Amino acid sequence: MKRKNAILRTPYTVRMCHWLMVVCFFFVAMSGLSWFFPSLSWLNSLLGGPQLARILHPFMGVLIFLFLAYLFMRLVRHNLPEPGDSKWFAEIGQVLKGDHNEELDTGKYNAGQKVLFWGIMGLISLLLISGVLIWRPYFAPLFSIPTIRIGLFLHALAGILLMLLVIGHIYLAFWVKGSVDAMSSGYVSRKWARTHHPRWYRQVTGKKDAP
Amino acid sequence: MSMQSQDIIKRSATSALTPPPHARDQQAEVAKLIDVSICIGCKACQVACSEWNDLRDEVGENFGVYDNPRDLSAETWTLMRFAEYENSESGKLEWLIRKDGCMHCADPGCLKACPSPGAIVQYANGIVDFQSEHCIGCGYCVAGCPFNVPRLSGKDNKAYKCTLCVDRVSVGQEPSCVKTCPTGAINFGSKADMQFLAGQRVAELNGRGFANAGLYDPQGVGGTHVMYVLHHADKPELYHNLPKDPRISTAIQGWKGWLKPIAAAAFFATIAGTLFHYVGVGAQTLDPEQEDEEEQA
Repeated sequence: MKRKNAILRTPYTVRMCHWLMVVCFFFVAMSGLSWFFPSLSWLNSLLGGPQLARILHPFMGVLIFLFLAYLFMRLVRHNLPEPGDSKWFAEIGQVLKGDHNEELDTGKYNAGQKVLFWGIMGLISLLLISGVLIWRPYFAPLFSIPTIRIGLFLHALAGILLMLLVIGHIYLAFWVKGSVDAMSSGYVSRKWARTHHPRWYRQVTGKKDAP
Repeated sequence: MSMQSQDIIKRSATSALTPPPHARDQQAEVAKLIDVSICIGCKACQVACSEWNDLRDEVGENFGVYDNPRDLSAETWTLMRFAEYENSESGKLEWLIRKDGCMHCADPGCLKACPSPGAIVQYANGIVDFQSEHCIGCGYCVAGCPFNVPRLSGKDNKAYKCTLCVDRVSVGQEPSCVKTCPTGAINFGSKADMQFLAGQRVAELNGRGFANAGLYDPQGVGGTHVMYVLHHADKPELYHNLPKDPRISTAIQGWKGWLKPIAAAAFFATIAGTLFHYVGVGAQTLDPEQEDEEEQA
């Protein structure tokens, strides 16, 4: 739905891809947790019980990777490091207090969002590689047992780090009101854009020096 | 499906706060003692194992060595492994034959790695047993084992290995391989008795010129409930790569050891952090007093 005076922040295909990935990630993360923390082993019931979850987990994991590969192609150009990013990190205390420093002049994604982007992309790659190493019965027999052991450790570590990042991502979207709209309807208000991403706002509206 | 047992001292993927039934754990630890110096490599133990456990592995091919089949499998739980060793000191060719299979470690790497509650258990008598109906086919036990013993079946994608004939031992019989061995190379009894018997055999071998004869009961895995008498106990690798100092690997220890509490703490800290932040700072809303000239325009 196009809104009057609203700005499109996330196109339909990117939004859809994001939400399909969310569905897969939910199940993969829950089943992963069920094996990492035995006290949470009941979580694999969500995927039909331990045996079925064990079969489905890697296939859904590959789907997540494919969705993320598409998102990478669509979003990477907005997430390249810029000189202004270091300033954002220096001012992170202010950012977390919710004070808007005009000098930061954030583009489409701020430095923290870029860390999330590269963190997710790096960890999903590590999860794919380590996941293939330990994927039975298909690929694991191709690798030596010491290699598989390292794969098991790295897969657990990367999975935990990714879940921590995603918890942070969900929280920040919840904290900054209006962000969820950017991923559901895709549109944000002009005010939202000007407040949180002023440089991007100027770019999309063609304004040279808007307040 | 599994036989009722109330003497389980370890259970895979089970919190120490909710231990398995172990009210009766006064049982003596058992052990199988394989005297490599007496073994003639007849493979009767392999046949007995298949017969008792009703295993019918595919008939394989000759690969130019005496080992047959070539490797352990989901349906070959014990295997004679033949090694030819040229002893440079004595100038003799030695035929070292080792009956391979599960060692029934006191600290089992398979059980430590297993993520499925109750799929691997250890009884008070020391036997490590797979409860196949709980197996999820992840193969973590294969990676966890320091001896490369468990095998996944292509038929049902579940892991299998020697049970030490737990069904026979539970009713007071010895394992089928022990029962069958025609030379008396395999003995079975309490672990203490087997250690005593091994001591006698080692002394005899020492007297016959095998100065380095000894008992293989590796302490890196807490000792095992299958032990070997070796003529060259100082060089167990000679026996088809029997590991000298087997241990649960560092990667498995880290994964199932310190990574878990650290990960749990990180999850709690992250979730608590978001709560403190949200309540402390409040939602990030747009300033309602700021006049939005763009939208009014």
